[in-house]
Amino acid sequence: MRKRPWWKTVVGVILTAVMLFPVYWMINVSLTPARNMRKSPPNLIPIDATLDGYRRVMEQQLPFLGTSLVIGVGTVLLTLVLAAPAAYSLAKLRPRGGSALSFVLLIAQMIPAIIMAMGFYAIYLNLGLLNSIPGLILADSTIAVPFGVLIFTAFMSSIPDELIQAAKIDGASVWRTFISIVLPVSRNSVVTVSLFAFLWSWSDFIFATTLDGGGDFQPITLGIYRYIGNNNQEWNAIMATAVVASIPAAVLLLVAQRYVAAGVTAGAVKD
Amino acid sequence: MTAQLSVPARRVRRRGGWTAWAFIAPVVIYLLVFYAYPLARNVELSVRDYTVRSFIDGTAPFVGFANYRAVFANPTFGPALLNTGLFVGVSILFQFSIGLALAVFFVRQFPLSGMLRALFLVPWLLPLLVSGSVWSWMLNSDSGIVNSFLEAAGIGQINWLTSPHWSLFAVLIANIWIGIPFNLVILYSGLEGIPLEVYEAASIDGANGWQKFLRITLPLLRPVSAITILLGLVYTLKVFDLIWIMTRGGPADSSTTFAIWSYRLGFGSLLPDFSPAAAVGNLLILVALIFGLIYIRTQSRLDPA
Repeated sequence: MRKRPWWKTVVGVILTAVMLFPVYWMINVSLTPARNMRKSPPNLIPIDATLDGYRRVMEQQLPFLGTSLVIGVGTVLLTLVLAAPAAYSLAKLRPRGGSALSFVLLIAQMIPAIIMAMGFYAIYLNLGLLNSIPGLILADSTIAVPFGVLIFTAFMSSIPDELIQAAKIDGASVWRTFISIVLPVSRNSVVTVSLFAFLWSWSDFIFATTLDGGGDFQPITLGIYRYIGNNNQEWNAIMATAVVASIPAAVLLLVAQRYVAAGVTAGAVKD
Repeated sequence: MTAQLSVPARRVRRRGGWTAWAFIAPVVIYLLVFYAYPLARNVELSVRDYTVRSFIDGTAPFVGFANYRAVFANPTFGPALLNTGLFVGVSILFQFSIGLALAVFFVRQFPLSGMLRALFLVPWLLPLLVSGSVWSWMLNSDSGIVNSFLEAAGIGQINWLTSPHWSLFAVLIANIWIGIPFNLVILYSGLEGIPLEVYEAASIDGANGWQKFLRITLPLLRPVSAITILLGLVYTLKVFDLIWIMTRGGPADSSTTFAIWSYRLGFGSLLPDFSPAAAVGNLLILVALIFGLIYIRTQSRLDPA
């Protein structure tokens, strides 16, 4: 079986290096001084590295990063509050019409965000929610809520009925059972859903550009976009912003790799 | 098993009919307000003649299918249809085959395999806007690293983003790169489900690696493959950020897909055409829903729970 494992490791490392080259290049360009930016051929390694790009990020992009953080946390909270109780009901209380709701949620995930954005624009224009953080949190949550309900339902279905019955015999109400028994047992899926809700709202560009194009508080994706859109030639600053905007993804992968893989698979194949 | 489970389930249902709905009600209301209403509003936009002005005073005349007819007659319709088809088709073809090859490569453990496989997830986790900007700079005509490799290889400079012949290629390369991790992870989990004994039996019968792949891996992986491809179709139809940041659908309409076209009509200029934009969007939903329904049917056939 394990005849040539090291040979495979070498090939694996090469494949990974090719795959991650754009990420390396992003970091390399972020450290390149402006005078070397148009050099041909470019330096393959950051020889005379500069932190100018990152200094620009600190000067100009911090408000954008802060806004993204607030929107991300808001989206996570809204998603959890909406999705977890509904999933508990679908998984364990099994109301009439529950499967129809699951079906609607599956369909909801298929609708392109650009179309949702257009509908939101028309509604927000009348409600005065354009260019506001709550408006963006609501819009971003539409990506995460259907996913959240489906992940939670899949997980909570596997909680033994005996556990819930026991709580009931001890006199716990349905709500109390949910808060004290079901949620703590489901913390893995809480992590998975929170991670993805945060990552999606952090990465969102469509809702940001359509619903928050002229706001005082704009997320980091618009920060990068405006950098590029201003025909800014300071690519080290642009790439430094991109590196900083990628930090949540990197942290996710380091801290919660198994939850990430679980989320990708659970979205597609029930196990 | 089923009989055992159904007793407590029924007891719960009788006791908790209202409670069960109380837990679900927030999501149902949420779906009605934030999904159904925007979509209904979108349909309404597409059958009326809206301008910025009529948004505010609410006096858009009903025009029936005029917006849809205008969209079909628009000179952008043909290229957008072709580009969407090519973008989706070619993306899926390469994402799937590369993802499958990598999944086969990674499924038998070797030193560091877990860590390397995790690193492969990075492109999928990066914000699309970040990936789009990185690829834009890598594919820059004069200063991009890709062209400097090509020049070193004696091929010469390609205007990836500014030539109408290459712009669709450029966004395809970036999109394939982003989609590989998703295909790898799902196909990998599918491969893990194939018992080793099947391969061992085939080895005893004298099958070589390629035969095992064709006769065992591919057929046993068919259900998971179907799901991967259908989900890929739905996701790729939605792609907007990446193309917008790299080419804005240009030059001319050379990389304009339906998602890009819809955005450009609605938000791309100072005088937005919301009604045709909504019409294009609704056509896109229709296509996404067709693939979506096929996906749901495939999945429920696999897993009749």
